[in-house]
Amino acid sequence: MAIDLLYFSWVREAIGVGSETLDPPEGLASVGDLVDWLAARSDGHARAFADRARLRAAVDQVFVPLDAPLGQPREVAIFPPVTGG
Amino acid sequence: MIRVSVQTGAIEVAAEFAELVGAGVGGIATFTGVVRADDGVSTLELEHYPGATEAALRTLAEEAAERWSLATATITHRVGVMHPGDLVVFVGTAAVHRAAALESCAYLIDRLKTEAPFWKRETRGDRASWVEPREGDMAAAARWISAD
Repeated sequence: MAIDLLYFSWVREAIGVGSETLDPPEGLASVGDLVDWLAARSDGHARAFADRARLRAAVDQVFVPLDAPLGQPREVAIFPPVTGG
Repeated sequence: MIRVSVQTGAIEVAAEFAELVGAGVGGIATFTGVVRADDGVSTLELEHYPGATEAALRTLAEEAAERWSLATATITHRVGVMHPGDLVVFVGTAAVHRAAALESCAYLIDRLKTEAPFWKRETRGDRASWVEPREGDMAAAARWISAD
């Protein structure tokens, strides 16, 4: 099932696009598994996702840790720790 | 009343404040964040996650309104390109007494900094860099959770 991927900040810059729609394989159990699969797509993806400790994620706009179950989301966002305010 | 806004336009503090006064209660607290000019920053750019940002701010404002029985909680956050001296964020709370207004205002800005999906990029001369999260901000947000 197709998922809308959204990237922000230096994750977006490393990958080169702010969003893409992809159809990941069945059987990805966690958000981290999806990140593993994405990391193999290009050098930019690999660079963006090299340091997992610096990544945060949201599944259907709910903020979750990378070991959270992936389920069947419509939208997954991957980004660095936030720095607003 | 709860109101959140994520906007590219300037923050109008007088209008924000008038709305808090309009709540008609005894105590108002506000926090205003300003773009700092330190270490040669020429521009500050704020990126955010449309939709999720507004939802996160609304959730925080609702939590504060319930915890401190607020008459009004407002959060206005600017995004896009800003310069030193520009206002980045305005948080305002109105409550019957000062302690509730002051505490809830601190709670909102502390938690906003670590939970709302904004990212800052600073430009100094021709060099741009993404701002790294600060441990002090994490500690400031955590104190509200450990206090429960």
